[in-house]
Amino acid sequence: MRRARTGEPSELDLMAIACLLPSLLYVFVMFVYPFLYGIYLSLHPLKVVGISLANYIAFFTDQYQYKTVGITFRLAVPNTMVVVAFSLLLAYNMRRGIWLERPITTILVLPISLGVILLSMGILGFYGGKGWFNQLLLGLGLLEEPLVLTHNFTGVMLSLFMQQFPFCFLMLLGYISGIDPSIENSARTLGANPWTVFRRVMLPLIAPGLAIAFALVFVMSFATFPSAILLGQPTGATRTIAIAAYAQAFEMFDMSYASAIAVIMGLFQLAGLLLILLLRKRMVTAATMGVGKR
Amino acid sequence: MALPFTAYRWKIMRETIESLRFRITKRFGTKTVLRDFALEVRGKQFITFLGPSGCGKSTALNIIAGLIPASDGEVWIDGERIDHLPPEKRGFGMVFQNYALFPHMTVFANIAFGLQLQRRPAAEVAERVRQMLDLVQLPGLEGRYPGQLSGGQQQRIAIARALVLHPRLMLLDEPLSNLDAKLRIEMRAEIKRLHTSLGLTSIYVTHDQTEALSLSDWVVVMRDGLLIQAGTPQKIHDQPVNIFVADFMGFRNFFPTQVVALGLDGDVEAAGNGMNIRGKTRHTFAPGASVVAAIRPDDVVVGGDAGSPNAFRAKVDIVEYMGREDEAILTLEVGGRLWVRTAARLTPGENLTVVFPPDRVIFLPAEESGGTR
Repeated sequence: MRRARTGEPSELDLMAIACLLPSLLYVFVMFVYPFLYGIYLSLHPLKVVGISLANYIAFFTDQYQYKTVGITFRLAVPNTMVVVAFSLLLAYNMRRGIWLERPITTILVLPISLGVILLSMGILGFYGGKGWFNQLLLGLGLLEEPLVLTHNFTGVMLSLFMQQFPFCFLMLLGYISGIDPSIENSARTLGANPWTVFRRVMLPLIAPGLAIAFALVFVMSFATFPSAILLGQPTGATRTIAIAAYAQAFEMFDMSYASAIAVIMGLFQLAGLLLILLLRKRMVTAATMGVGKR
Repeated sequence: MALPFTAYRWKIMRETIESLRFRITKRFGTKTVLRDFALEVRGKQFITFLGPSGCGKSTALNIIAGLIPASDGEVWIDGERIDHLPPEKRGFGMVFQNYALFPHMTVFANIAFGLQLQRRPAAEVAERVRQMLDLVQLPGLEGRYPGQLSGGQQQRIAIARALVLHPRLMLLDEPLSNLDAKLRIEMRAEIKRLHTSLGLTSIYVTHDQTEALSLSDWVVVMRDGLLIQAGTPQKIHDQPVNIFVADFMGFRNFFPTQVVALGLDGDVEAAGNGMNIRGKTRHTFAPGASVVAAIRPDDVVVGGDAGSPNAFRAKVDIVEYMGREDEAILTLEVGGRLWVRTAARLTPGENLTVVFPPDRVIFLPAEESGGTR
């Protein structure tokens, strides 16, 4: 329900604010204050008195540190692409419901409820050098040497995919199945084949949901920490920026530097989000114009 | 290429079908929603599928459109079997209850959509879109988005979007259900005007008997996936085959009786529940058969000669003011309710005589006396 803006607070507004208060308080205590405190900390390096950008300078001049940004992007970007692409493919084809939908959805969603650690341990066991996966391929004679799928980049990718796919899939399924089927049906009767319906009608309508999915999966992947430690090489190939921050805080006990790294991580995530939103805007406009004026 | 309207009309008329013939069965799981629903339709007619929700009428339309596969059966157009064709290859136009315009496209892009898929030259597309907007009396709205239009305007655009492709068959799925009462009457006339002036063949799905009667050349009454009665609006209205159709056509008073005497020309005299009723029938009954006498509320004469046939005493219970007329619920002295609609002003509690004119009473077979309400 939309109401004309009168500029005057109504009884309803006051009610709404009153109801919002507990959550606002929570957000303030659990997010706004620690966030601001983190920024404050990052600007007060251990060995310097007063405000200084020394931590930020240190990060971007130390190759060992700034390389973590590249590593994190190399994990997060492909993972986001793969997760969203698979989710879209599956969700789009399930939009009108399929046979055995409930059991299939349950199986797909189960990993969310298990937690990262259990999932990672499972992946270690299954895909490890002595795991079933390799044993099976070796036993079938398809391999001579076991595939190295854990404690490297691939392991982290596997883990990230399994954590984020169900979440992304569910979100897109909700979004896509919410689109009125008669829109698609009308496009069909106007002469569009299924592929044209997807490209010209459905994709532009899904785009906002797709952008949100991209944004959330990207942010989650970018902040990856447990998977990168358990399934990767936390000192080498998968030393993500979150690991760098952790190491500063709890191995070097330099909270100030750690905070600076966390802030840098936040800024990169924000940049990623902005890029996604910009692309989304362009995508929708392009799709609309393509139909309007060809 | 500006075609004058007459030429344009001829083009569309030439493209419409000669005949449509189908026989379809549809099952969803164990539930059969259409049971050997079969019909043959000639071109340039306005056909209505009429029935309550869940009777299968929309499913039938969607199967003809190719949007839902039939479980069994065939659809033929002009001697060509088309039920294997995907919807985009059938060349039908379809209008939906909720308009189904593409929300991310302008009015122009919506109407041009089908033409652009046919790779028509831009100039032709622009011209045909403009003509269509004139035809549905919404010129100049090219640049608007569906969200900026009223429901009635959106439905006109949806109709234009279908018509611009010169569909050989128009399918309309309850296109007026989401509009308010006044607009519905206006759009009804608009649909009829387009159908007639363009010489279209249309199949229209509705649960509204007024729409069905006012628009159609041929009405198909459906129930539980079965064809119950098909005929001209007048035939359906005046000679319903059973209680279900009668109820749908506005007969509200039903009296279970037994045949006492049968006359020539379908005259029937029947008795039951302390009433002796005379009327007409199109059915063949045996004396003593269980039958139901039916009369519309507006056919009941309020006041009148207590000594005439079909005269009964009744007491007024509830009166609803309807403007020129009152609609009232009466209790008959012999028991049972009676709906009447009359220009006479009634007062609750009033006792009066009602007469059922014998030529207004129809007798129907009683097998469905379980009632439809």
